[in-house]
Amino acid sequence: MSTIDSAEVLRLAALARIDLSEAEVTRLAGELDVIVQAVATVSEVAGPDVPATSHPIPLSNVFREDVPGATLDREAIMSQAPEALDDKFAVPQILGEEA
Amino acid sequence: MGDHADLLRLSAADLAAALTAGEVSSVEATRAHLDRISAVDDDVHAFLHVNSEEALASAGAVDDARSAGETLHPLAGVPIAVKDVVVTKGQVTTAGSKMLENWVPPYDATLVTRLREAGLPILGKTNMDEFAMGSSTEHSAYGPTRNPWDLGRIPGGSGGGSAAAVAAFEAPLAIGTDTGGSIRQPAAVTGTVGVKPTYGSVSRYGLIALASSLDQAGPCSRTVLDAALLHDVIGGHDPRDSTSLPEAAPSYAEAARQGATGDLSGIRVGVVTELGGEGYEPGVRASFQAALAALTAAGADIVEVSCPSFSAALAAYYLILPSEASSNLAKFDGMRYGLRVEPGDGPATAERVMAATRGAGFGDEVKRRIILGTYALSAGYYDAYYGSAQKVRTLIQRDFAAAFEQADVLVSPTAPTTAFPFGAKLDDPLAMYLNDVATIPANLAGVPGMSLPSGLSDDGLPVGFQLLAPARQDARLYTVGAALETLLLDDWGAPLLSRAPELEVKA
Amino acid sequence: MSVTYEDAITRYDPVLGIEVHVELGTRTKMFDDAPSPAGGTEPEHANQLVTPVSLGLPGALPVVNGTAVEYAIRIGLALNCEIARSCRFARKNYFYPDIPKNFQTSQYDEPIAYEGYLDVELADGTVFRVEIERAHMEEDAGKNTHVGGADGRIHGASHSLVDYNRAGVPLVEIVTKPITGVGDRAPEVARAYVQTLRDIFRALEVSEARMERGNVRADVNVSLRPTPDSPLGTRTETKNVNSFRSIERTVRFEIARQAGILDGGGSVLQETRHFHEDDGSTSPGRVKSDAEDYRYFPEPDLVPVAPSREWVEEIRATLPELPAARRRRLQGEWGYADAEMRDVVNAGAVELIEATVTAGASPAAARKWWMGELARTAKSQDVSLEELPVTPAAIGELQSLVDSGRINDKLARQVLEGVLAGEGSPEEVLTARGLEIVSDDGPLLEVIDATLAAQPDIVAKIKGGNLGPIGAIIGAVMKATRGQADAGRVRELVMERVQD
Repeated sequence: MSTIDSAEVLRLAALARIDLSEAEVTRLAGELDVIVQAVATVSEVAGPDVPATSHPIPLSNVFREDVPGATLDREAIMSQAPEALDDKFAVPQILGEEA
Repeated sequence: MGDHADLLRLSAADLAAALTAGEVSSVEATRAHLDRISAVDDDVHAFLHVNSEEALASAGAVDDARSAGETLHPLAGVPIAVKDVVVTKGQVTTAGSKMLENWVPPYDATLVTRLREAGLPILGKTNMDEFAMGSSTEHSAYGPTRNPWDLGRIPGGSGGGSAAAVAAFEAPLAIGTDTGGSIRQPAAVTGTVGVKPTYGSVSRYGLIALASSLDQAGPCSRTVLDAALLHDVIGGHDPRDSTSLPEAAPSYAEAARQGATGDLSGIRVGVVTELGGEGYEPGVRASFQAALAALTAAGADIVEVSCPSFSAALAAYYLILPSEASSNLAKFDGMRYGLRVEPGDGPATAERVMAATRGAGFGDEVKRRIILGTYALSAGYYDAYYGSAQKVRTLIQRDFAAAFEQADVLVSPTAPTTAFPFGAKLDDPLAMYLNDVATIPANLAGVPGMSLPSGLSDDGLPVGFQLLAPARQDARLYTVGAALETLLLDDWGAPLLSRAPELEVKA
Repeated sequence: MSVTYEDAITRYDPVLGIEVHVELGTRTKMFDDAPSPAGGTEPEHANQLVTPVSLGLPGALPVVNGTAVEYAIRIGLALNCEIARSCRFARKNYFYPDIPKNFQTSQYDEPIAYEGYLDVELADGTVFRVEIERAHMEEDAGKNTHVGGADGRIHGASHSLVDYNRAGVPLVEIVTKPITGVGDRAPEVARAYVQTLRDIFRALEVSEARMERGNVRADVNVSLRPTPDSPLGTRTETKNVNSFRSIERTVRFEIARQAGILDGGGSVLQETRHFHEDDGSTSPGRVKSDAEDYRYFPEPDLVPVAPSREWVEEIRATLPELPAARRRRLQGEWGYADAEMRDVVNAGAVELIEATVTAGASPAAARKWWMGELARTAKSQDVSLEELPVTPAAIGELQSLVDSGRINDKLARQVLEGVLAGEGSPEEVLTARGLEIVSDDGPLLEVIDATLAAQPDIVAKIKGGNLGPIGAIIGAVMKATRGQADAGRVRELVMERVQD
């Protein structure tokens, strides 16, 4: 198992899109290293023959009829937007996006 | 005020009976609780938002319908508090996070729709650890809730607000959500009742997701019957939740009423070896043993069962939860709703605004778990962590299956300790996580669990007794729980909460 | 080093890989009951066709559209795929403003359909088999509009506007295995493959499959290697190529570009590229730092899709006839030679001829009109046959006028000219222009008698048994009647008169 150092925390924070201060990075590296050591034991518990359980109660084939339902009130959703224009969500420029 | 005090201490079932009999109106009952909130919530801080106007309006509507002779739901007019992780149309919903400080959802959760349809006025939204991550409400962005038994101690978490509201007589009923114990552990440390139903019993549509495969909403109350009545309102199939159980559920209130006779002859009660002993406070163990003695006296057979894989439950949980949470909480990015924060310097690109928003909007525990989950899902680690944890889940399910061969219900203390003082575990995440060691297996396996008070520990604080039943057998919890409640009440002479100190009432 | 495609293809062996996304035409979206803009609902506003689910609001949960699953199975079966006995959705995690949850619900290691193939027919009749790796279900993203910036280019833009009407539209993504052995026909194979898929989507009625609306979008992977025995080279992926011609041009451009790099001793960078319609070139796309770490995991909010074998067989039994089979059947019914049928297919005239035959024309006559006069007209106007202002029904009516002898071929062309000019139906043009063959013998006999009287020596020859010069008489009569006479009737009348 790998250990979590500051560089790893920075890589993960970039993946998770979270700005962290230097102090946060240092603290998280220490805390997460301890937590990961503690939880890493799971890989030793179950053998390869044990199947994974992703749903506690197994169900399958839950489908919806293809029938349109009610849509949201546009005013109600746009009023919650940090910024909006012409019924669209205004977001900061997206780098590298094609026009 | 005298009348008010009586109204406040009524169980939901008794208040409902008084409403039906016309002895009290819903507006009176609702106002009494709103007054109580004004009087004590500065200290308790169970509520993040109080919706007086709306609550009184829906109470008035129930009273009008009753006067007009309409047939009403048995709980119509009984006010309720809702954990702030459940979306309510037109009412601010924050999940205890700065990220959603002023967010007004444009829709209702399915369970909220069912509360409204049944005519339960919603008093307000209760405090919680941010995005339900925590066991103490100390991770709420809006300050902690205080335990009505001792304002210097935690009320449990993440649903400390709902449990405290019920314990402080600010609401007869509340909605909680339980991902690893967030209904049961707060119930244990506040001397109240909390039920985590079978996964899929209550719709998750409109619950701000923490860990999708573990989350389940359920009732918080002061009696087992009240929890059953509320479960009957909010439960049942919902086509908007793909994991909702398709089959119709029996009446849980009926199950509770049957159990209230106190007869447990022939019931096999399994004590889980791994959920007790070392790490559990002596006062907690003593209270647990006393409850077992009461069960035995009522005719139950106590058997010892072993669930060896439970020792890996905490580790599996702290991989599955952060993994799912890291993905569920990705949507909070400042683009469509909620907080938006510009980066301190450099160009304000979408990518940088997202990162700045998430850096500023999430608290420490949320960041910790998102980073942990990102790590666990990250390329190269998936099999070792998330994959292995899902296998542990299978082993835990097998342990439950074997244990339920030997016993009708399984029991344990709900939490290893009574309420601890604020700050005691804040700097030690692992110690905090250990609070949930007894409640987590039920979430991993999807089985239902209940916590009800078994008495006071030697420190004078309440202890929770946990009941677990097989999946879809929630009724068993209510039957056995109500029986134990009857037995203990006989012993105590008065509800445990009557022994809690009186809160200072502010004008 | 600049290299032409023609030069490059002599020295390198191209390998293709094509990912095609098709928007399904279900009425509602993949995971919620918002009306789908790809299913017949035209939004009047941005962010109109959204529910809490397609807007990714906190608390919202997905529920699978059963019809979309059925459409996906239809596509899988049409591509000769295995249909999974059980498969799951997975979350593909990455941050981007047009995906509201910041993960796309897709399928990862458990696609609904896998291991299939599609036979693609090229213009000269060569059939090329494309192996299909998988077809999986997923959801579409919203749309970004870029505003601000002095020249409107994105790098100068101050912000983007996001509309989530398209977010959540059901998609099926079809991924080929590496397409090898195509040599200099690589661009043509790429184009024909996507065109064949488009035709199949339409025949299956799972999508309107309109390229220009983005219903069908292709990502084109190209790599080069020195010889067919060499290991696969580094590939580039050109995203969202949205017309058949662009697909062909993308492949040509990338082959030439990569050959230039390799010739100069460089190595091709594995990257995402964009195609430019104006000059047919491609350029590098955005560099996603975390592109390789999508942190896939099974979508916990959805349960497995496990199509029963009964359901799959039911769908298989009700699959409509696919375009290739239909072409084979029609060729047999119509009696066309292989080359004739290929020309018809390449001209896009199969449906038109089929409808014309249905309207009563013989297959030969229908082909004669669409591949003759109408093809010439279309070519001269630089439009497709479908775009001509004439219906198969009108051509059927026109041919019936010929068959009944009311007009001859020459007059029929004049009638068609009127129809194309918008003068009405063939019958209406015929009447308005007074083109009907003269069938009353009276006026015709007058003309014939006058003609015979003017040619006594020819009359004598015919009477003497030499029928050779009769054509001159008939021609003169036809000329005098401006072609409106029925030539056969004229011949009969001339013979009668001469023998009297």
